[in-house]
Amino acid sequence: MSTDVVGQGDHAVGPQLPPPGTPIIEVTDIGKTYGSVIALRNVSTQVKAGEVTCVLGDNGAGKSTFIKILAGAHTHTSGEFVVDGEKRRFSSPREALALGIATVYQDLAVVPLMPVWRNFFLGSEVTKGAGPWKRLDIARMKTITKSELAAMGIDLRDVEQPIGTLSGGERQCVAIARAVYFGARVLILDEPTAALGVRQSGVVLKYVAKARDRGLGVIFISHNPHHAYPVGDRFMLLRRGRSMGNFGKSELSLDDLVQMMAGGAELEALSHELARQMPDSEVAKNMEFDVAETLNAPADDASSEDPGS
Amino acid sequence: MSTTAAPPPVAAPESERDERVGRYAGLAAVLRRPETGALVAAIVIFCYFSFTTTAFALPAGASTWIFFSSSFAIMAVAVALLMIGGEFDLSAGAMTGTTGLITGIMMSHWHINVWVSIATSLVAALAIGLVNGLLVMKTGLPSFIVTLGTFFVLRGLNLAVVKQIIHQVSVVDFQEAPGYNSGAQLFGSKVQIDIGWLPWVKVPSTGILTIYSATWWAIGVIVIATWVLQRTRAGNWIFAVGGAQLSARQVGVPVFRTKVGLFMTTAFAGWMVGMLSLFKTTTAQSTTGVGAEFIYIICAVVGGCLLTGGYGSAVGAALGALIYGMVYQGIIYHNWDSDWQYAFLGVMLLGAVLVNNWVKTRAERVR
Repeated sequence: MSTDVVGQGDHAVGPQLPPPGTPIIEVTDIGKTYGSVIALRNVSTQVKAGEVTCVLGDNGAGKSTFIKILAGAHTHTSGEFVVDGEKRRFSSPREALALGIATVYQDLAVVPLMPVWRNFFLGSEVTKGAGPWKRLDIARMKTITKSELAAMGIDLRDVEQPIGTLSGGERQCVAIARAVYFGARVLILDEPTAALGVRQSGVVLKYVAKARDRGLGVIFISHNPHHAYPVGDRFMLLRRGRSMGNFGKSELSLDDLVQMMAGGAELEALSHELARQMPDSEVAKNMEFDVAETLNAPADDASSEDPGS
Repeated sequence: MSTTAAPPPVAAPESERDERVGRYAGLAAVLRRPETGALVAAIVIFCYFSFTTTAFALPAGASTWIFFSSSFAIMAVAVALLMIGGEFDLSAGAMTGTTGLITGIMMSHWHINVWVSIATSLVAALAIGLVNGLLVMKTGLPSFIVTLGTFFVLRGLNLAVVKQIIHQVSVVDFQEAPGYNSGAQLFGSKVQIDIGWLPWVKVPSTGILTIYSATWWAIGVIVIATWVLQRTRAGNWIFAVGGAQLSARQVGVPVFRTKVGLFMTTAFAGWMVGMLSLFKTTTAQSTTGVGAEFIYIICAVVGGCLLTGGYGSAVGAALGALIYGMVYQGIIYHNWDSDWQYAFLGVMLLGAVLVNNWVKTRAERVR
């Protein structure tokens, strides 16, 4: 990558990136209870510099609880949360941010009516002058925005346009570029592709890879294994608040991942149920087909099922 | 930086660009100025009344609507900042009455020094603004409801407390207060400019254009507000908290401080207008300012502020106030029934909201 350090030189925000492969975040048997409700238990994983750790799970699996602990929005109630070899317990997102753990939320990334450059520097504006003449250094901020976005492969003609006029994917990318510029070492991306079309998702995935190649540790939360698999180095599956294990990319094929996510047998039962109740439904037929396809793909254990029953 | 996995091929940046980006740059740049519509409307209205009435464009007539617009502009600009920040302040009108009454009663009833009286009402105004801000931010209730409450409280106090103290509802005869003249100098003075030499001012006796100090204050407020909005961090935060509060908080914008500051700014402007009105008219009524709060909001909206926050300008709000001032006086010069102004205000507001809404959808449209 020839563009990976653009912008890193002219600012000194945040700590330096460790060499790739160094674990930045390690969580061991982490858990969270809300009163008597157990939202998350015994979850362990690692985030290494220059790697993408995917957290996968269906709705309600505990993904958001997990990332909120990492982002500092919630504190964990059990287990260990270690950053750079030191045990941590965040009480606010600011603390996480100070350690270079930045979160980009799906919908909360930008202020749509504000120009791109104002969004990019929002909350960390560059100023010049002193006293009553202390003012925004607009020219500088525009230049940096333009070059930083160019380094991430987004070329805007006019950084003055409201960010709402960009596509959803581009907005996510601006938010990612912003976190990278302001010294993030770990980037938590909450469902960055959930609301996007196929092409837009591809664009975002490309920037995830770029951030990784810059040496950042990335936590990619998704319910879509097809998006997670291509960029992920490590996969952690959550179901009903429990970890279903950590896997390196080499230990797991995409089909394995899809099957694990879908919950194998459960999904199959559901497809049969649908077929029985609505025999003519297009959805049920499609679903049955999908299930059969997925389950048969590993080609051994699931082949006994008859998809046409 | 070395890479651990094969990165996807990096396409040339140029080819990544959405080919539609920038197509509307020229049009968007004009539309992006919230005050464009108000400026056009102000010019049209000025021309209309100038040509259809005799007094409107003459110096004496102009002096009246310039003063009238100026004091509305001060409040409209402050309310616009608050609206850009995503909140309303319905107590802004009653605030102008409260501050005038406090200072007036202190001077007339207790003969307290003018500067002490002025400072006391300033402290009171800022305290009310602080309470508004804290209530809205701590409870999470809509500011519309919270300040509606404050409005009624102030409206009641303006009558009840004043009657309790001075046994009437209007404060007069405070010119004997110590130091009165210096206070009047600041808030109630006027400059008279003889423009009788201008060729179109044909009547020499009306060739005196009177500029009251409210106009200088208004210009100051507009300049400072524009500077803050466009060139300072605080301005960036105001747009952000109004446009998307959660996103703003997410990136570290001090939402609480920004919004409470805005409520206090509005209260400060209320104090300013209260003082200007007190020293110009040398009287303060218990009913002063009641009903004006909606006019401030209308001025801000006509000037391009979105009711939903995150968009607008100080100059636009001032133009909105200018439009209101010109129409108000124009209707009088026309000898029309002054009740027409409300109908006009309503039409103006609806028109402005429609235009603003259109602008907003354009700006926010996801391509």
